[in-house]
Amino acid sequence: MIRLERVTKMYKTSTRPALDRVSVEVGKGEFVFLIGPSGSGKSTFLRLLLREDVPTRGKIWVTDLDVAKLPRRKVPRLRQRIGVVFQDFRLLPNKTVGENVAFALEVIGKSPSTIRKVVPEVLELVGLEGKAERMPHELSGGEQQRVAIARAFVNRPLVLLADEPTGNLDPDTSQDIMLLLERINRTGTTVVMATHDHSIVDSMRRRVVELDMGRVVRDEAHAVYGVGR
Amino acid sequence: MRTDFVVREVATGLRRNVTMTVAMVLTTAISLVMVGTGLLAVKTIDATEAIYSDRLEIRVALTQDVSTADADCTQPICAGLRSTLENSPLVAGVTYENQQEAYQRFQELFAGQSVAELARPQSLPATLRVKLVDRDGSTEAAAAAVKQAMDNQVGVRTVIDQRDVVSKLFDFLGGVRNVTFALALVQAVAALLLISNTVQVSAYTRRTEVGVMRLVGATRWYTQLPFLVEAVITGVVGAVLAGAGLLVGKIAFIDSLLAGIAQNGVIPPVTLADVLTVSAYLVPIGAVIAGITGYVTLRLYVKV
Repeated sequence: MIRLERVTKMYKTSTRPALDRVSVEVGKGEFVFLIGPSGSGKSTFLRLLLREDVPTRGKIWVTDLDVAKLPRRKVPRLRQRIGVVFQDFRLLPNKTVGENVAFALEVIGKSPSTIRKVVPEVLELVGLEGKAERMPHELSGGEQQRVAIARAFVNRPLVLLADEPTGNLDPDTSQDIMLLLERINRTGTTVVMATHDHSIVDSMRRRVVELDMGRVVRDEAHAVYGVGR
Repeated sequence: MRTDFVVREVATGLRRNVTMTVAMVLTTAISLVMVGTGLLAVKTIDATEAIYSDRLEIRVALTQDVSTADADCTQPICAGLRSTLENSPLVAGVTYENQQEAYQRFQELFAGQSVAELARPQSLPATLRVKLVDRDGSTEAAAAAVKQAMDNQVGVRTVIDQRDVVSKLFDFLGGVRNVTFALALVQAVAALLLISNTVQVSAYTRRTEVGVMRLVGATRWYTQLPFLVEAVITGVVGAVLAGAGLLVGKIAFIDSLLAGIAQNGVIPPVTLADVLTVSAYLVPIGAVIAGITGYVTLRLYVKV
């Protein structure tokens, strides 16, 4: 589903590569934690998968798309296969919950009838049934993140990328969000989640890819965050 | 492409930057009024030139002795000059005006003024009035050739090209045209910068939306079209205002200003049809310029 082959990313402003010969393969339906300290390359990893940036060297495949060589006009095709969730939710403050989710479908040209059908479905999936008319500021942080997840998932992407999705949430709410991501993972969606949260990683016992100074220092199935970290 | 989506986004965008939008519309309108005025000036100059090129003649004034001696251009010197002119392919026709006729015309021209009483037929020259052949819409070549052929001939006092007289009027109209075009150009630069700026501001105020659109895989058309449509709408509204401005300008100023000379046929009137035609041109001009500016701005400055 996702394959990186000796991917190196150099930024002009830095002498040390943000990613250094990273090779990782993630299969269909896998759940992977991407961990490591700040500046270890987690965000760069996700940015490259989304083609927000291109690698300096190496190859990246997402599904059957050669991401680094993808022409500009085909980038939307890649991004329609990937859902993304962020720490800061990135909801549109002047749109309702339902409109926020519908927006993601409108802008890729889905028909109004499709939108009317799938938006309530996905809101129910994330546990927000009956809240379609609320405005984002009326919701708790956990609920806002559910809206963001609903928006990321509404087009049924093959891959869901989550960049510190629990970073702004308290532990209990974080657990709820993790349950939701797990449920989405069970539908066959590959999930890659960058996080700092020890307890979440430890409790989930999923595959862990650890980055440090741009290198993969650990890639372990059913792992914990790590001793003494 | 979902039209309702684009319409909604455009409406939101225009509403959100309403002061900027108004400034953009007004600047565009003013620069297009200048362009329109320039175009009308060009049209008037062309029409005026057309009027005069039919009427303008070369006048070959004859010397005193020939003028007095020859009442019907039958004597050798005058007849010689006349046949030279008539045989020229550049000449459409030649008429002879003797001293008596010249005197009558002079009396009509200066009726009631003291010069009319002082003039005597003997003091006025007889003239050969030469109509020229129009080549490629201009009699300039013919005029120069005739002038050269007649200058310094025996019996010729002076050669007067009437076009020299009206060229002052043309110079004035040409000046008006150049000034309006220069102002239009400066104003157009301001309008372009303002459109570009507004598109950037518009894109900035909607960066969250645009960010989400990019992430969920919206195509460039979806992300950029609302901004382009906004710019084009501004251009079109500006052009419509400019058309209205030209119309008001015609009715309020031009009509009264030019009423006298236009009625006398000195210069052709600026008609309502002229103004409407020019206004109709301004709309696509405004739309295309705004659209191109918006597109270039998005390509260069805005990551969407």
